[in-house]
Amino acid sequence: MSADIVLSCEGLVKRFGGITATDHVSLQLARGARHALIGPNGAGKTTLINLLTGVLEPTAGRIHLLGEDISHMAPHQRVRRGLVRTFQINQLFEGLTPLQTLAMTVSQHLGQGAAWWHALGHDARIGQRCEALLAQFHLTEVMDQPTAHLAYGKRRLLEMAIALACEPSVLLLDEPVAGVPAGERDELLRTVAALPADVTVVLIEHDMDLVFSFANRMTVLVNGAVLTEGTPSEMAADPRVREVYLGHGDQHV
Amino acid sequence: MLTLLFDGVAYGMLLFILAIGLAVTLGLMNFINLAHGAFAMAGGYTTVLLMQHAGLPFLVCVPLAFVFTALLGALLEVTLYRRMYNKPHLDQVLFSIGLTFMAVAGVDYVVGSTQQLVQLPDYLKGRTELWDGALGMGHYRLAIIVVCALLAIGLQLLLVRTRFGSQLRASVDNQRVAAGLGIDVNKVFLVTFAVGSGLAGLGGALGAEVLGLDPIFPLKFMIYFLIVVAVGGTSGLTGPLLAALLLGIADVAGKYYVPKLGAFIVYSLMIIILMWRPQGLFVRGGK
Amino acid sequence: MNSVSHRLRSSSQPRWWEFGVWALLLVLPYVMPSHALLISEITIIALFAMSLDLILGYSGIVSLGHAAFFGMGAYSAALFAKHIHPDPLWGLAVATMVSAVLGLVCSLGVLRGSDLTRLMVTLGVALILQELANKLDFMTGGADGLQGVVMGPVLGRFEFDLMGQTAAWYALLITLLVFLLLRRVVHAPFGYSLQAIRDNPLRARAIGIPVHARLMSVYTLAAALAGMAGGLQAQTTGFASLDVFGFDRSADVLLMLVIGGTGWLWGGIIGAVVFKSLHSVISAWTPQYWTFWLGLFLVLLMLVGRERLIRPWTWGRRA
Repeated sequence: MSADIVLSCEGLVKRFGGITATDHVSLQLARGARHALIGPNGAGKTTLINLLTGVLEPTAGRIHLLGEDISHMAPHQRVRRGLVRTFQINQLFEGLTPLQTLAMTVSQHLGQGAAWWHALGHDARIGQRCEALLAQFHLTEVMDQPTAHLAYGKRRLLEMAIALACEPSVLLLDEPVAGVPAGERDELLRTVAALPADVTVVLIEHDMDLVFSFANRMTVLVNGAVLTEGTPSEMAADPRVREVYLGHGDQHV
Repeated sequence: MLTLLFDGVAYGMLLFILAIGLAVTLGLMNFINLAHGAFAMAGGYTTVLLMQHAGLPFLVCVPLAFVFTALLGALLEVTLYRRMYNKPHLDQVLFSIGLTFMAVAGVDYVVGSTQQLVQLPDYLKGRTELWDGALGMGHYRLAIIVVCALLAIGLQLLLVRTRFGSQLRASVDNQRVAAGLGIDVNKVFLVTFAVGSGLAGLGGALGAEVLGLDPIFPLKFMIYFLIVVAVGGTSGLTGPLLAALLLGIADVAGKYYVPKLGAFIVYSLMIIILMWRPQGLFVRGGK
Repeated sequence: MNSVSHRLRSSSQPRWWEFGVWALLLVLPYVMPSHALLISEITIIALFAMSLDLILGYSGIVSLGHAAFFGMGAYSAALFAKHIHPDPLWGLAVATMVSAVLGLVCSLGVLRGSDLTRLMVTLGVALILQELANKLDFMTGGADGLQGVVMGPVLGRFEFDLMGQTAAWYALLITLLVFLLLRRVVHAPFGYSLQAIRDNPLRARAIGIPVHARLMSVYTLAAALAGMAGGLQAQTTGFASLDVFGFDRSADVLLMLVIGGTGWLWGGIIGAVVFKSLHSVISAWTPQYWTFWLGLFLVLLMLVGRERLIRPWTWGRRA
């Protein structure tokens, strides 16, 4: 294996009572990969992300990040090692403003999250990084508004800005453009496309145009198990994939 | 020792009936109602006052206590509680503490702060000794166990066999979906709250003789009801029942064997259990 | 310095009125010497309320038993003064340390579980301590309380006078120092991370915040400060009794904080002043049934919405 594998899981299983949400899933992500994860609703895509990020404990199987076994590592420690995700449903800090949210995230990333004597923003790097992020995600005008008052499109942008503030080496995006108005959608996509080449990106998406333009590899998940995996063109040609997912007419969002 | 167990079971059954309304309210409306004890107190005082001033027999007063408290609960649910359902838990806590304070002070003002004594009818007084006194069963406590057991069975049947029961269970599980299925969630809330409060009142009436009755009853016993709910969980009846029995037996045994430590044992046990299993002792973990 | 940095920094600068209010508070014992005892009392409760704000307003932990630490501090300070050394500052340090240790231990109980679980655990701890203080009467005086706590002079120079002026200034200065400390803490990344944990613990973890560790730290700090308040109470009044652990005390401080507004330090101070004033006025009028009016106030306040209290312009509007 010549490719530099940054994130992998082997035989990952998750059972809830009688339901097997994740069924012996194995995945390997090379550095810089643009990997899409698709499948019908309920296929277990978000569950897989939850397992990889540590929100859920696996019933069986292993997860490795940059050579380290993180199968039972706490979520915040995985983030420290560069594994970051966004959420399908916005998970924001309603009581804080975008500026405060990003400043705090950047502080945490710089190892100053527990600093208690100097004010937030004391370190000039934080202000600079925030300014860049706010501009990149078109949040500059709303930087002082409480998150609870932001429009949906801005909230979705903030959702991704928070993830990028953590400077991930592996980024897991869970349906990042779902429900986003057209203008901001293109911005988001451009941002994703503009990510540094050595950042590994996994994208859960339903929009096939997006998937095909973005991904260089795809995994199809059905009923918690991997149906097949390969390049987008291989997937498009595979009759099983068509039947399960693409075959029921246009699946565009 | 057997007598202790018997007394503990009686206490536990009583606590179950008293606390089950609280468990269901929390599970159904996600509402922390610290005023639940005030409904119990209302039932107790209703019984006592009716017996003393209207001369009604004990057996008549107890069901009346249920009815009165249930109606009171229904009234408060519609006028006050309903507005608090979607508020944060802190607000609900303070709101119900406020109601409790009002109830405590109100009763103190109207009736006075002395302990109320319940005159049990003769056939409920007395005691049966079995096995050379190894097991002493007070008749009243025996009656409590029987009545509460019947109520528990009745509640279970209501929950499992009736249409209302399945509507209730559906609403507890997922309010929005239940409403989408055409279940009148407001009505379910109202009836459940009323019955839960009524049961508390019934428990208060039954328990007045055993637990004592004075204006600070809600404050004294609220912690016990909360323990039953926190340890027993809010899904189903068996959790709270087992938790109540455990609590009853632990409290009676603790006070007998180690009177110096008193309620200390119960509180410590509760904390340890909650730290070990934060979701309650009898809830099956999901993750 | 670019404008974003500037904006971040400016939000942590003290407002002009904060200096004014503190200046006013500090001269009160001189201007109103006959009310010195009341001033001490309010100041101590304000400190207690600020410590609760740390865990309630900033971290979202609903506690009905914060008095556990207040009481621990009170008895520790009283016992220290009586049996070891009457110096107030040493006693205060001991009270703070002991409460911090208790807080650290108890913090394990509030990390997991629902609001109800946390409520129960915090309530339970306070009740246990109250029972313990009651039963260990050889040491604590039991139901009679611990009397006859005589304090030495503060810093070796300022004797506690009968009027209570020294006590009032002592309490005010300590509270001011704590206020200044907490001001820095809540405007630092630590403080913001607490708010993040309050608003969304799932996301907080997802950006690398060690939620449990942070909660344990803040709970310990809050416990230490509550203990400091309790210590001040014992030192300025000369005794400690079981009600320092009481549910009433925990509920009252919770209410004060809600009146003043959670999540900004001034809430504790404002709430303490308003609450105590209301208490004095209403108790003078109906001493026995203060709890009834308090209850009514609570019910109405919660129905209307507690954020509305400090925003009188919203009183007319529908929710």
